[in-house]
Amino acid sequence: MGPIPRNYLMRRLGIFFLTIFLAATIIWLIPRLAPGDPITAMIDRMTRTAGYVENSDVIIEGWKERFGLNDPLPVQYVRYLGNLVTLDFGYSLAYFPTTVSQLIAQALPWTLGLLLIAVTITFLIGNFLGAILAWTRTPRLVRYLIPLAMIFTSIPSILAALFLLYIFAFLLNWFPMLGSYELGVTPGLNLEFISSVIKHGTLPALSIILVSFGYWALGMRGMMITIEGEDYMHLARAKGLKSFYILYRYMVRNAILPQITAFAITLGTLVSGQILVEYIFAYKGMGTLIYDAIVNQDFAVIQGTSFILIVMTALAVLIIDLAYPLIDPRISHGGK
Amino acid sequence: MSEAIRKSTAETYENKEVVLDVKDLRVYYETPKGDVLAVDGIHFKLYEGETLGLVGESGCGKSTAAMGILQLITPPGRIVTGEVWLDGSNLLAMSEEELRQRRWTKLALIPQGAMNSLNPTMRISQQIRDVIETHEGKKRGDDIKQRILELFKMVGLPGRIYDMYPHELSGGMKQRVCIAMAIALDPMVIIADESTSALDVVVQRVVAQTMLRVKEALGVSMIMIGHDMGLMAQMVDRIAVMYAGHIVEIAGVEELFYKPGHPYSQLLIESVPSLTERKPLKITEGITHDPRNPPPGCIFQLRCPFVMDECRRVKPPIVEIRPHQQVACHLFKQQEDGSIIDVRDIATNP
Ligand SMILES: Nc1ncnc2c1ncn2[C@@H]1O[C@H](COP(=O)(O)OP(=O)(O)O)[C@@H](O)[C@H]1O
Ligand SMILES: [Mg+2]
Repeated sequence: MGPIPRNYLMRRLGIFFLTIFLAATIIWLIPRLAPGDPITAMIDRMTRTAGYVENSDVIIEGWKERFGLNDPLPVQYVRYLGNLVTLDFGYSLAYFPTTVSQLIAQALPWTLGLLLIAVTITFLIGNFLGAILAWTRTPRLVRYLIPLAMIFTSIPSILAALFLLYIFAFLLNWFPMLGSYELGVTPGLNLEFISSVIKHGTLPALSIILVSFGYWALGMRGMMITIEGEDYMHLARAKGLKSFYILYRYMVRNAILPQITAFAITLGTLVSGQILVEYIFAYKGMGTLIYDAIVNQDFAVIQGTSFILIVMTALAVLIIDLAYPLIDPRISHGGK
Repeated sequence: MSEAIRKSTAETYENKEVVLDVKDLRVYYETPKGDVLAVDGIHFKLYEGETLGLVGESGCGKSTAAMGILQLITPPGRIVTGEVWLDGSNLLAMSEEELRQRRWTKLALIPQGAMNSLNPTMRISQQIRDVIETHEGKKRGDDIKQRILELFKMVGLPGRIYDMYPHELSGGMKQRVCIAMAIALDPMVIIADESTSALDVVVQRVVAQTMLRVKEALGVSMIMIGHDMGLMAQMVDRIAVMYAGHIVEIAGVEELFYKPGHPYSQLLIESVPSLTERKPLKITEGITHDPRNPPPGCIFQLRCPFVMDECRRVKPPIVEIRPHQQVACHLFKQQEDGSIIDVRDIATNP
């Protein structure tokens, strides 16, 4: 515990940047290993749909020149890395001349807002339910109801999303069907906008919570049962401590530690895991952006979003690494 | 341990009040193949200020007996019958809350696995503080610190561990923390379950001495569980010998070592290693019968060198064969005049 040692922090930051560098390299390399090039592929597609594209050779050459695809690979690579530092991922092929950064800047806040809130709520609810599921003093009725609620866990999130959409938006009309906010309202810090955002976010968030809280509940229950058998639990009971105090100070406090580690990993896969949920609700976040990019074979966007996702994962792991000694006194910075 | 520290047996429990009275305690563990009769009807009394040793080979039910007395049996175990009288009331006939209030204030535990008996995410001081404040109410920070440091001093712990976490302490230190914790509320009875077995021999001695010193200073009664007869003999006033869920003999240390009554006690004492004479190990095997299906009659019949016909049919009652020595064995018969004779004596000199 105590302040983070300087050289540990430096080493850990070094690993963070190295991870990002390697990931960036792989993202750059993979499309270049594939046969053909994206522009030819795009023109081919246009040819297929439109029947004939005039001067396609000229267009391809022009675009290749514009995107720098004619330069030698090392030059492309160095330029690519340089651009990354300034978060410049180039232009979207599908929405030219919008840049990838602009698209991400529009989408990321929505996703972070929706998903971070949804998974945090999921984590809290799941662990709470898991804990009371394992607690011997929980009323029996509650202990029967929770597993019942967990049947949602076995439903894919897209089905849950469709189900919620049908019931609460289509049949009951309690929530809007699509989008991130009402078209008429002006984005900003006004009540109308905020309430519109909450209304639009509720169903997507609910479909995420519903299908994944069981995962945390089961994990937590397992950890609680393991801890139930620990020697220190015996002593805690012999000490005549109050039951609720034992629950949170001896059991939950210890059982939550591996859950927090798992949560950090989940944060990394957050966006990619919920692409379809966003898509179903036409929610203008990273998920929809990625989905569109894949459908349109918009390489620049795929590259840019992948990079952002990797940075997010690495960041989550970095934060948890730095914060872990604060929650588990047995772990110290630098593993000593 | 010097003779001076250990009071003689007679003085320790004659005319002393009974602080803990265990009657016909039975604790069974449910298994798919039937109940394991881990503790099957034990009786004993613990007197004010005395230390009673509970010995027997591993698996004979010592820990189960302790947990039964402490009401800490968890499934698959269950208490089948019994009474545990402590300070005028029966722990087994109490509400959960009544029991909770008596825990630690009257009956404390020094656990078997001291290595893992402390909460890893809680500071040492906090783990002692929580038990004090649960039973005595909130205290001022300075007062509680003073009190905990005082406890540390009694068990020979340095004050610097106050804010430490369990993983920062050695095994011996953790055991001392457990001792300090046990005496924090000045209980009537402390049960120490093999509290030194996991430590290396040198630390074992020092911790055992600490335990006795603290016990003497507080005058608390103690049940000390162990499997080492030699170590026990130096630490306790009386010894209860346990075999397969039964207490087969209870006697003062002197009486037991001088003239063990039960053949099993004899076996245990003969196997205490000695430097002056080398002897073959007497105990060769553990409990031989299936603990789910003990033989009718005497529990020790399958290993007893003196087994008689009667032993296979009738369970021997526990009788006082000499002052301060009670044995459950058919070898000892009560005469019409009330005296007890050893049937082996009749056989050899008619
Ligand atoms: N959870 C359990 N399930 C089944 N049998 C058990 C369980 N715990 C203990 N036992 C059995 O109860 C008997 C007594 O165990 P224990 O009290 O731990 O003995 P000791 O402390 O003397 O070594 C042993 O035969 C053991 O196998
Ligand atoms: Mg034991």
